[in-house]
Amino acid sequence: MDEEHFIVALVEDRPGVMQRIAGMLRRRNFNIDSISVGTTEIPGISRITMTVHGDRLTLEQAMKQLNKLIEVVKVSELRQEESVVRELALVKVSVKNERARAEVVQYANIFRARIVDVSRQSMMIEITGDEEKLRAFIELMRSYGIIEIARTGKVIMARGAKSVKTREAK
Amino acid sequence: MAAMKGADAVVQALEREGVEVVFGIPGGASIPLYDSLYSSSIRHILMRHEQGAAHAADGYARVLGKAGVCSATSGPGATNLTTGIANAYMDSSPVIAITGQVATPFIGKDAFQETDVIGITMPITKHNFQVRSVAEIPEVIKKAFHIAQTGRPGPVLIDLPKDMQEGEAEVEFPEEVSLTGYKPTYDGHPRQIKEAAKAILDAERPVILAGGGVIISGASSELMRLAELIPAPVVTTLMGKGSFPESHPLSLGVLGMHGRREANHAVTESDLLIAVGTRFSDRSTGMVSCFAPEAKIIHIDIDPAEIGKNVKAHIPVVGDARRVLRQILQVLEEMKRRGRSKSWIEKVREWKKEFAPKLDYDDVPLKPHRVIKEIMEFLSEDDIVTTEVGQCQMWAHCYMSRSKPRTFISSGGLGTMGFGFPAALGAKVAKPEVKVVDIAGDGSFLMNIQELATAVENGIDVIVAVFDNRYLGMVRQWQELFYDRRYSAVDLGNSPDFVKVAEAFGAFGIRVEKPGEIGDALREAADSGKPAVVDFVIERECNIFPMVPPGKCLKEVIG
Repeated sequence: MDEEHFIVALVEDRPGVMQRIAGMLRRRNFNIDSISVGTTEIPGISRITMTVHGDRLTLEQAMKQLNKLIEVVKVSELRQEESVVRELALVKVSVKNERARAEVVQYANIFRARIVDVSRQSMMIEITGDEEKLRAFIELMRSYGIIEIARTGKVIMARGAKSVKTREAK
Repeated sequence: MAAMKGADAVVQALEREGVEVVFGIPGGASIPLYDSLYSSSIRHILMRHEQGAAHAADGYARVLGKAGVCSATSGPGATNLTTGIANAYMDSSPVIAITGQVATPFIGKDAFQETDVIGITMPITKHNFQVRSVAEIPEVIKKAFHIAQTGRPGPVLIDLPKDMQEGEAEVEFPEEVSLTGYKPTYDGHPRQIKEAAKAILDAERPVILAGGGVIISGASSELMRLAELIPAPVVTTLMGKGSFPESHPLSLGVLGMHGRREANHAVTESDLLIAVGTRFSDRSTGMVSCFAPEAKIIHIDIDPAEIGKNVKAHIPVVGDARRVLRQILQVLEEMKRRGRSKSWIEKVREWKKEFAPKLDYDDVPLKPHRVIKEIMEFLSEDDIVTTEVGQCQMWAHCYMSRSKPRTFISSGGLGTMGFGFPAALGAKVAKPEVKVVDIAGDGSFLMNIQELATAVENGIDVIVAVFDNRYLGMVRQWQELFYDRRYSAVDLGNSPDFVKVAEAFGAFGIRVEKPGEIGDALREAADSGKPAVVDFVIERECNIFPMVPPGKCLKEVIG
């Protein structure tokens, strides 16, 4: 069954590691919807979050192929229902008049987003949340005129005391 | 700790790894390395094309089961290596490729002879390194050899910027290295071993499918014990040829597109397939949906990513073939065996009799079958056969009996024309005491024929047996069978005269047109004291049969 899966990989923070991962995924025909990378609590180790589309077999193959890369230290699947998924977006909206400005501020408040930059013609809003929340907010902003959107891609972390590092390999 | 030049550190690290031979060609970006090699005990064999260097290192590695080393300069030298690296990657061969690189301040500036060899070789190496400091050289080389030779072996490339070769630093040579992200699994999981043993006891029509992993892990004697204990017939893949003696009563030879009928039949009718160290290549399985349709499949492989990649395994066992087979044997010997009906083995033996191929043709021009037969008689079981790619390879694959591991060296996964001859040179360097014969097609041989100079200059006396039909024969065969005989771009014409070419290089050359002359020509070649080319003029449109047409099931054999 074709569905979205979350893969988290801990990787050595070395030049070219993202190219290795991206190249492998492309040449083996895996579909990646989102990928994000950042440092972790362990020096020299980065965390990559990927969302992959496909059936169970595809997911397993993707994870095994990731594991084969020498600089990939750990690969885990995280289930959405047991985890917190977040994404950050910066949305620049055009605000042509006072009314628009007031409405955008109001919406931002309702979504617990923050206004991080203001000019005479625009506002930049920082919003964090799951995919649904971001989508809803961005939809609302469309009527004002979106100038630019920057999104981080999703990050995911399992609830509870365990970490990806300590989870048993499947 | 001692201050040392980077290039000296490289050479010393190679010596510490037990490297005796490097196949390569120097160039601008690797002169410092070659300066250090000049005063080393390591033998350097100057090849005439870097592709030849990579294949020679690959052939050397496959014969000895340890890393073969090749070297090239930056840019075109490095890109010329890539076919050989890709070939080693597909066939899990431990090749170490060392490339020169422009000095670090020039990297990214499109400097003279600069290419991004790290980027280019990422998908065709098990791993690659670019040295970024002189001090890390010993560790990088230790890691490279460790990665190349353990787990599922594969090529590793080390890119050495020129300033890293020339620079000096305090270096320390580590005794071992640990890689957090690389820990191959060697022992099979006890639960899976038990499952496998149970399935073996329950099977009525078991077949063992042995792949290259059996040879890599040195599991031939365990495989034999298992086959005889069950008892089960054994089929091999191209890469597994030689892992089980083809002279053994339980051997059914090779399976696949140009496999033996008895092997393809047995796999198709089996109710249990014990697959050891194989990745179920499409050339081995035919159409996957009708591959071993009635069989439960036990899949033993050291690479977890091979499990379930091409063929669904019912009982996967991740581990080293030799250790896992030992574990299974141990459990089997403890379990109570029940009597198995002999009818399966009898049936298999009948197929074997029925499908025994005819080889002793007397035709002129020569039938390739006859040439294969005579080469087989010319060689002892310790001698080594390498092959080029195409019809010549498949004639050898299908009809030539091999009984020992590491005596049949062929380009399986990548199917690289031009592999066999330089690989033969590597094989002969690895084992000078045995005869080495490259089973070649005229098309393939031409792709690395320049290495005749390497052979002559270094006294590497191999025999190239050219199956000379003046066609790109395998393509012609497909055009005949599936493209209405429209022979597009396959006729190689009359050039060259291989005997004269051989002689021009200083090698021995002889042409054979009659079946009665084959044996004598081979002996003359061997006695010539030179590298030799034996040009067998074979029937131009002889096909390699049996054949499973592309997209068909293993049982749908033609020819």
